[in-house]
Amino acid sequence: MVIKFVDEFRNKDLILEAVEAIRNISVKPITLMEVCGGHTMSIHKFGIPSLLPDNIKLLSGPGCPVCVTSRHFIDSAAACAGEKDIILTTLGDLIRVPGTETSLYSEKSKGRDIRIVYSVLDALKIAGKNPDKKIVFPGIGFETTAPLSAAAIMDAKKSGLKNFYILSAHKVMPPVMTALIDEGVKINGYICPGHVSIITGTGIYKPIVDNYGLGCVVGGFEPLDIIQSIYMLVKQFENNKPALENQYTRAVAPEGNLKAQEMIRRVFRTSPDWWRGIGTIPESGLILTEEFKEFDALQLFDPPEMINSETDRGCICGEILKGLKTPAECPLFGKICTPVDPVGACMVSGEGSCAAWYRYGREAS
Amino acid sequence: MCLSIPAEILSIDKEMAEVSVGGTKYNASISLVQNVKVSDYILIHSGYGIAKIDEKEARETLTLMKDIKTKELGY
Ligand code: SF4
Repeated sequence: MVIKFVDEFRNKDLILEAVEAIRNISVKPITLMEVCGGHTMSIHKFGIPSLLPDNIKLLSGPGCPVCVTSRHFIDSAAACAGEKDIILTTLGDLIRVPGTETSLYSEKSKGRDIRIVYSVLDALKIAGKNPDKKIVFPGIGFETTAPLSAAAIMDAKKSGLKNFYILSAHKVMPPVMTALIDEGVKINGYICPGHVSIITGTGIYKPIVDNYGLGCVVGGFEPLDIIQSIYMLVKQFENNKPALENQYTRAVAPEGNLKAQEMIRRVFRTSPDWWRGIGTIPESGLILTEEFKEFDALQLFDPPEMINSETDRGCICGEILKGLKTPAECPLFGKICTPVDPVGACMVSGEGSCAAWYRYGREAS
Repeated sequence: MCLSIPAEILSIDKEMAEVSVGGTKYNASISLVQNVKVSDYILIHSGYGIAKIDEKEARETLTLMKDIKTKELGY
């Protein structure tokens, strides 16, 4: 059998077998949080909640990079795009995210040179072709995307490119995962983000198991992966044996991607960072190190003042990102707030909880 | 943007590779992955390969529930 790594993991018989195994062992009520936006999307796309027994509840956590990007960051990117000779190159996901007063979309319609790219590699190409312009790439995302920005910066340095800059809102996962438990979010285990773990390895979750007694299973993104991860967490919980396990072994090595880790370490260092709807979390953001400071877009403009008004117009994204509420509990959901006209960031990205619920038609549960 | 797609490597030119995702061809950087060769599958994330996919592990995952049923649940 030739294996293509997608269809096999969507095989209905295998999925139903795993569901049956869960039903066989699951007795106690259990709440599990998936952290990654990719998991949120798969869970809704494949209707996974409808396959599970009623005692298993799934909550979405703060792992959609677009959803946790602060208004202040959007304001900063907009201010940067307003400076002379700047080309702001951004991934499409970010363009409609609301800042305090504006979005990159409305800045673009005002005539700012804002271009959608598919990868930071495209931003590098644009920089090469426009030596008289400054090319800025807003870097968002967790340990999965940080090495991509790092690789681009190292490439720029190697090739002597002097007009390429990163505006970093990159973040790391473990601090927010512990911050949520510290805040009192009641869960019994984490479905840990598979793609983050590809880079970091599995060890970053060990303190959550050891210090908080919560099960952590690193899971893949196909329906079989998710159901198996749930099975593993349910089994740990039923046996009162929280542990660190890896379901996504085909992609995640225990030690992770060492080359990518080294790149992150050289180019970035951690600092406190603001998470939309959650607030400031110590050591959760990545900023450029001294060695690569010349690539920091912050030197190109005066960042606007930080206004702590994250919960305006009735958006409850923050509570949703903390797993305290579901999108259906937001009075704006589907009425005033839709993917075409989003009020909060959770409705903007396809991986946001609100967008996933809207798209795949989940009603209040 | 959390999406990563399995892609087959068709050819390699230094740090770039031509890859196929279900027949559609793309170019991706392989500067972050080590020891990859033509016909390997890698996960592509925003234009970069981030991991080589291990076929043996994939097969084990596919039979995991069967093993559990026979060994642990006894049927
Ligand atoms: S539905 Fe819209 S307004 Fe309500 S929480 Fe989600 S993003 Fe915010």
